[in-house]
Amino acid sequence: MIDLISQHRQYCTFRLDQYHCGIDVLGVREILRHQTITPVPLAPPVVKGLINLRGQIITAIDLRIRLGFPSCPEIKPPIIIVVDIRSGEEGSTAALLVDEIGDVIDIDPVSCEEPPDTMHGAIRELIQAVCKRDQGLRLILDLT
Amino acid sequence: MEGKDTELDKTIIEAIKDPLTHMVRNSVDHGIEVPAARLAAGKPAEGCIYLRAYHEGGKVTIQIRDDGAGIDPMRIRATAVERGLYTAEQAAKLSEHEVLNLIFVAGFSTAERVTGISGRGVGMDVVRTNIDKIGGSVDLASVVGAGTSLTIKIPLTLAIIPELVVTSGHERFAIPQINLLELVRIEPDKAATAIEDVYGAPVYRLRGQLLPLVYLSKELGLPQNSAATVNIVVLQVDETQFGLVVDSVLDTGEIVVKPLDKQLKNLAVFAGATIMGDGTVALILDVYGLGSRAHAVGKAQAVASAAKATPAEQKETMLLFQSPDDGRMAIPLSQVVRLEEMRASMLEMAGDVEVVQYRGEILSLIRVFQVLPERRRDPRNPDTGVQSDLLPVVVHRHSGRQVGLVVGRIIDTVEESLAMQRTAGRAGVKGCVVIQGKVTEILDVESVVRAIVPDFYKAQP
Repeated sequence: MIDLISQHRQYCTFRLDQYHCGIDVLGVREILRHQTITPVPLAPPVVKGLINLRGQIITAIDLRIRLGFPSCPEIKPPIIIVVDIRSGEEGSTAALLVDEIGDVIDIDPVSCEEPPDTMHGAIRELIQAVCKRDQGLRLILDLT
Repeated sequence: MEGKDTELDKTIIEAIKDPLTHMVRNSVDHGIEVPAARLAAGKPAEGCIYLRAYHEGGKVTIQIRDDGAGIDPMRIRATAVERGLYTAEQAAKLSEHEVLNLIFVAGFSTAERVTGISGRGVGMDVVRTNIDKIGGSVDLASVVGAGTSLTIKIPLTLAIIPELVVTSGHERFAIPQINLLELVRIEPDKAATAIEDVYGAPVYRLRGQLLPLVYLSKELGLPQNSAATVNIVVLQVDETQFGLVVDSVLDTGEIVVKPLDKQLKNLAVFAGATIMGDGTVALILDVYGLGSRAHAVGKAQAVASAAKATPAEQKETMLLFQSPDDGRMAIPLSQVVRLEEMRASMLEMAGDVEVVQYRGEILSLIRVFQVLPERRRDPRNPDTGVQSDLLPVVVHRHSGRQVGLVVGRIIDTVEESLAMQRTAGRAGVKGCVVIQGKVTEILDVESVVRAIVPDFYKAQP
């Protein structure tokens, strides 16, 4: 049973530029809109600022910049995905800014493949797998 | 042991327990010499370690002092060069204070031997990290042969600190009140004259003392405010002060400090973040980090140590002259042999150096304002001084050799205390003092001469 779950995972999907990406739904804490983001001067560009999540201060990361996409045209407020990141023993919380949120989908490991070798740039090391879906390809992001 | 009744927050005690043990161990192991060496140095065979804790300015200070051998800055320099942290040249330029603080760099151990107690090079960096984590600071002072003292300053409590909220570039920032001395507001009609400029470094005269100004918006890359009123927050870090210019001063209050995420940890200018009453997030400024970024702190410390080295009230006669851009500069009269006026038509060229025949000798001439290019241009009258027919020349002599410095119009000689109020971070200028009510830069004759005649000060064969 446990084996089955670990193989057959659910992923929270979102859109970023023209790509559809997914992250493990177990890592997602909540989805937010309309948050005041306090910019942090001198911070690396990937850090969009700080947000107040019920008394907890969370760093907002602009995923577009992190993945090397052109920065957001700022037409509409971005969607914020609050995620728990577990790296080793330490856990932290971060907010990811994305363009649009999608559904939670089931992904069969059989349909996943390693990202192609010809993929370059910052995005390459962040992609865990490429999943072939009927609607198109889904990129599975590695949160750590 | 002293100050056993000094109390601290329990979480902080937890955080400093290990670093403190480590530092005492260090004192025992590296600080105190072996009995034979102590006797040879004329000290009692038994070493002494003093531990002192006391309250000071809203912080708890813990001091660990030993009467051991002290830390030899030369050895640290040598190790730094060996490790490739600095080139030999850079290492030689570091101030003693900076050198001593190198021992907080990870993996830095100068101990010749590794013992069961310490000397593995892990330690002081961990000490600093731990103390930093709780918002404290560690400082080290050492006198070779007389001992080392470590001072840890830690906040009374982690959670809540009194602060002052200021704005800059439409953002709000909190400044811990621990660092706050006073607030100065300059009205629009005075703003233009009250803030003086020492070649790009704005200063304000606060009760006769030069206060270097740091513009918060400029340091943080925020939009500049054009309001005419200037708000200065006078801040103190260790022994140095600087004025932080902000757009407006809002309110004081108590805030809960929240640490920043690791992506932002390396931003030394922020100590953390806090949530304001209206639910928005505001950043807490780290005054030390901000000062270092603006070079207001590190440099000022160098001045402080320089001031300690020279007796404060030492007076020296200075020769005042005007630079083409209307500023004032001065040369210590002790470095001047004669004042001459040379006709521009007498100048000849020898190689690429201007020379003049002077009392049967060939005198190389150095145009001071070419060595100090930022001084050369006068926006109103670009030709003054440089092109006029009579050139004022200051003859400077060193071990039998002479060189002429072409300066601007000579104004006066005055007797002034040479305690520099501020060092200038440029070649050719030693620092500045207030002479006759005007900010005056002291020319560093040696470096100016070396720039044109590199081997002037070399011993002659």
